[in-house]
Amino acid sequence: MARFLGGIDCGTWTTKAVVIDGDARLVGSLVVRTAADLAGAAERAFDGAIERAGITREECAAIWATGFGRTNVSFADGTRTELDCHARGVHHYVKGAVTIIDIGGQDAKVVRLDAQGRRISHKMNRKCAAGTGSFLEEMALRLGTSIEDFHDLASGFTEELELGSFCTVFTGTEVLTSIRQGKRPADLARASYRSVVKRVLEMDIFEGQVVATGGVIAHHPVIVAMMEEAFGGTIIVPPHPQEMGAFGAALACLHEIESVRKEDAS
Amino acid sequence: MKRRVLESTASLKETMVGYYLELGSAAAAKSAPVAWCTSTGPVEILRALGYKVHFPENHSSMLGAARTANDYMTRAHARGYSQDICSYLTADIGAFLAGETPFSAFGLEEVPKPDVLVFNTNQCRDVRDWYEFYGRTWDVPVIGIESMHMIENVTDIQVDAIASQMEDLVPPLEEIAGTRLTSDNFSEIIALSKECVDLWKSCMEMAAHKPSPVTFFDSTIHMGPVVTMRGIPAANEYYRLFLSELQKRVDDGVAAVEGERFRLYWEGMPIWGKLRELSELFAALSTTVVASTYCNSWIFDALDAADPFRSMARASLELFIVRSDTPKESYIERMVREFSVDGIVFHDSRTCPSNSNCRYGMPERLREQLDIPVITIEGDQIDLRCYSSEQTKTSLEGFIEQLEDRGRPGEGVGD
Repeated sequence: MARFLGGIDCGTWTTKAVVIDGDARLVGSLVVRTAADLAGAAERAFDGAIERAGITREECAAIWATGFGRTNVSFADGTRTELDCHARGVHHYVKGAVTIIDIGGQDAKVVRLDAQGRRISHKMNRKCAAGTGSFLEEMALRLGTSIEDFHDLASGFTEELELGSFCTVFTGTEVLTSIRQGKRPADLARASYRSVVKRVLEMDIFEGQVVATGGVIAHHPVIVAMMEEAFGGTIIVPPHPQEMGAFGAALACLHEIESVRKEDAS
Repeated sequence: MKRRVLESTASLKETMVGYYLELGSAAAAKSAPVAWCTSTGPVEILRALGYKVHFPENHSSMLGAARTANDYMTRAHARGYSQDICSYLTADIGAFLAGETPFSAFGLEEVPKPDVLVFNTNQCRDVRDWYEFYGRTWDVPVIGIESMHMIENVTDIQVDAIASQMEDLVPPLEEIAGTRLTSDNFSEIIALSKECVDLWKSCMEMAAHKPSPVTFFDSTIHMGPVVTMRGIPAANEYYRLFLSELQKRVDDGVAAVEGERFRLYWEGMPIWGKLRELSELFAALSTTVVASTYCNSWIFDALDAADPFRSMARASLELFIVRSDTPKESYIERMVREFSVDGIVFHDSRTCPSNSNCRYGMPERLREQLDIPVITIEGDQIDLRCYSSEQTKTSLEGFIEQLEDRGRPGEGVGD
């Protein structure tokens, strides 16, 4: 059995690296900003993950990459799309048919799995940033705060406001109009989250088990509560939602190694 | 995995260049009248009257394939033609305003000016708006056929109505051309046109073989003659050559995509500026796009030299684009079965709603009815502002991974 395996999710905003052991337990991880150096971000993230796992690179039998920059990770032994890796990661924690909502920096995805964990369908957001982390960052900028402080700002809301969800620029203009009308930044921050929720929920039908992953889910938990309220059910947030793609890449790697071993043995 | 280039491509280029040169020289010498015609319009009438015919849609697809369309569209936008209407229209008008054309590569200084513009709105209303621009610009007549849409079953009443409109085109076209339409000549052109579309159909049916000798991406290039040269013997000669090459590939077991694992159906417009990129992506995934609504749209089964007007009318009404969703879905279901299709790709073309059949729930219905994976990608036929290479690549690669998992019963992700 492989001792340790690595998974790297080279995303548009952040690069996530994980190390798992042969029993698919996550033993180390790190998230770094991707910026313009995709390969460098992958190196830094993976170095940090193995350091946290307390192992050396040599102890890692193989590394698989996923995400927008997956082909830029020169030291990866294999790649899978983030659609596949999020599915694998979620299926590890949540058995049965599920619908996965993944909200990342530049895109939002809805992936449906059958009871065996096979993908039935996937949808990605239309090209506008509406419904993604980029939208929230743009709104934070308009409201004079940072994305890191946005969640805290929204928690101080006193009034429920409505913002559009069609286009980031249109919504940005709405925010400016609201500010001119004396609306409070905290209320507009909350309305921004609601805008993301509206945009995501129009992507597919949500029924049965719904699971949420991605960096936006990890750092902006109010979105989960809003989605639950909107569709009237519970949303499962599995462990390490931001690293779910990297974790899925490591699982894909483990799966491949075990498949080869089974073939060799037969 | 690699794509295999078809040897007949060289003859295709010769055939198409010959066509453009003849069009250009006839226009320059004024030796024949020039008509502009929509790609599924009544070209046989024009040919029978001696017109040399230019197809603006073909011109726009060339702008798209050369990835120059976006350089021109803004000129049309500035004149009030929206970004949200047909990008073929805005690119073509923009190129005209810029005084440029890809025909210059064949030695033509400009697109030959028309003596008449002839449309059939069976495709969309935009073709008429497009031609009206030129009609106003040059003060030339714009005439055509106003078609029914959303046709469930083609009826005799509808056929008669369209045939009557076609017959009404003849007097003005005769007057402009200074000649008369004779039944012998008309029937001969219809017979040539029918032979052309039959040959094209046979070429497309070759893709039913496993592995397929041809891909959708090849076909989008090799469809040039059936779009622009129906009724001209050289088109038929070319398709005999093309068909023989495809037959030889089938006989020799030669695949268009080496190691073909999956076979897909493409519903919607091609993305002309990304043909190579997408073709290489699918080849790398050992996947062949074997059939498409688009390339099959120039198969006019109904054409009949014994009944020219009514058969042309019926052919124009049987076209996929002019039908309601029920016959469209039946058609795709038949294609999926006959071509052993593993999955369907819907292209949601931003500026071509008539060719984007994913907007009223069809993918979801077909997924349920046929138990087949479907995926929708966003793009446009030539406006590359509407297309994200990275997002499309991830979505299509993810779709193929889905097909891989589907092929392993009982083995989900990570079980």
